[in-house]
Amino acid sequence: MTAYILQRLIQSVLVLLAVSIVVFLAVYGIGDPIELLVPPQVSAAERMAMIQRLGLDLPAWQQYLGFLGNALKGDLGYSFVHGVPAVDLILARLPATFELVLLAMSLAAIIGIPLGLLAGLNPESRPSRAIMAGTILGFSLPSFWKGMMLILLFSVFLGWLPTAGRGETVSVLGIPTSLLTLDGLKHLALPALNLAIPNMALMIRLVAAGTTEAMTQDYVKYARAKGVRSRRIVGRHVLRNILIPVVTVAGMEFGSLVAFSTITETVFAWPGMGKLLIDSIYQLDRPVVVAYVMLATLLFVAVNFLVDILYAALDPRVNLTGEMA
Amino acid sequence: MTASRVVAADADTALRYKVLRRIKSRPTTRGAVILLGILLLLALLAPFIAPQNPHDLASLSVMDNRLEPGSQGMTGITYWLGTDAQGRDMLSAILYGLRTSLLVGLTSTAGALGIGVFAGLVAAQFGGTIDAAIMRVVDFMLGFPSILIALVLLASIGRGVDKVIIAIILVQWAQYARLMRAAALVERRKEYIEAAVNFGLPTRHIMLAHLLPNSISSVLVVSTISIAGAITLEATLSFLGVGVPVTQPSLGLLIANGFEFLLSGEYWIAAFPGIALVLLIMSLNLVGERLRRSFNVRGQ
Repeated sequence: MTAYILQRLIQSVLVLLAVSIVVFLAVYGIGDPIELLVPPQVSAAERMAMIQRLGLDLPAWQQYLGFLGNALKGDLGYSFVHGVPAVDLILARLPATFELVLLAMSLAAIIGIPLGLLAGLNPESRPSRAIMAGTILGFSLPSFWKGMMLILLFSVFLGWLPTAGRGETVSVLGIPTSLLTLDGLKHLALPALNLAIPNMALMIRLVAAGTTEAMTQDYVKYARAKGVRSRRIVGRHVLRNILIPVVTVAGMEFGSLVAFSTITETVFAWPGMGKLLIDSIYQLDRPVVVAYVMLATLLFVAVNFLVDILYAALDPRVNLTGEMA
Repeated sequence: MTASRVVAADADTALRYKVLRRIKSRPTTRGAVILLGILLLLALLAPFIAPQNPHDLASLSVMDNRLEPGSQGMTGITYWLGTDAQGRDMLSAILYGLRTSLLVGLTSTAGALGIGVFAGLVAAQFGGTIDAAIMRVVDFMLGFPSILIALVLLASIGRGVDKVIIAIILVQWAQYARLMRAAALVERRKEYIEAAVNFGLPTRHIMLAHLLPNSISSVLVVSTISIAGAITLEATLSFLGVGVPVTQPSLGLLIANGFEFLLSGEYWIAAFPGIALVLLIMSLNLVGERLRRSFNVRGQ
């Protein structure tokens, strides 16, 4: 196990290094880094000073080492637009995105698992077919359009929910959250639902497939022969066995939810990291984009690492010698 | 060798007929095939059937801006799906938008398919370090959400139809490479390949004439669903403002243009292109899903 953890750790570090090289090449290699990193409105003297301060007159490998060293110290440059460290800017937006992603994941699990069980237990019944058809819709509707239609229905036509922003927030341990105020929850409802729907569809598919398969297994037949009630068979035996893949996928989807929150945040003007990324792209605020890519990579690599370790710990069948099947 | 190929070909043909029969017998899939056909035809014939050329600014009248569906324009033309902020007929804009969306979706899928199949084939054929190197890159690419890679790439190279296609190829080739490698590895263990190797046939001939045609079917099946994925990705990128240029709007860009008018209840500018997009994606997904199940391919 220790060897496996170590091996995955080394792999993770290599991925981070690879991304840092790609990002470095993208910013410093393609095109003129001076144009990208020095704001266009500065004077010629300031320009020279900035080039020297940023080390843009050094050879490429020295520049890369400098970039890497700064990145390790948590310095990924200053935002052109806001004039503060890019990392601070992103970290300040982190709670809003996490809140959205966590609520979306919970919604997907709370609604998706029961519906998946229902569809998996009687795959040929009419409600099950409707649920499975619904999942195709859930996968097919483009996230941004679905969000707009939610706004159209619940905000414009029905007038029940607000269309944009975070609403009233309260501070818990210095972190602002919308989860604890009614106004905040109203603002959260639509974006969280929008983000949850594809995940919900995935959850339903996974649980339904797992349930249908599990119901044919010997342990279910045995429990049935023993006279165990159906409810108990499903609750205790079937559900337990299908939860491992569900938890794994939920973990792996965390990263893609953070990525997809970019779209949802743009539609609902939710002030999270994703909205910041899109705004920074529009405003040509390169350091923020670079910092976002590096932080997002760190997040994905960390989540994948944890999921792999947890999976290996939970499922004894996983081969730990590093041979991927 | 010939005999085994004939048998294999026969089994293939039989399977193909079975699949065709199943598609015909399923009303949902049949509906999806017909819908897909209609959408393709509409996109192809757009210049002939659209009431207006939405790219020709001279034919637009700004006086007709943001008219409701079914209203009459100044020139007597009826706007069945309403008009946008420039007075553009939405029906025409959607027909032309369908063209751009399909152009990007099909071209990028073809490009990604070509690169992915080649990389997977090379990895399976040569194994060892080459295989390891290719597969590490594939793992690396698949480790990140494609929307994020494409978004950041386009943010640095700018928008344009060609650039969107490049971005989508970059994020999609890896899944084909993985599938192709798996299929080709299975195929390589078969006797006819062994026979071909023992015959002393050149490696290139074995790869292109034997391995490729016999292992590509599963990859092609998955590509139908991937076209839907490519079209969604393009629409999303265009919505976020880094996709196709305003001079050649796709369905995604049309939806984005309608976003600001949504809150004032002028739903048609965003809603109708969205419905066209959803119909296109749904029909591709339904057909792809049926194909995948019929050929029993385990995809992503």
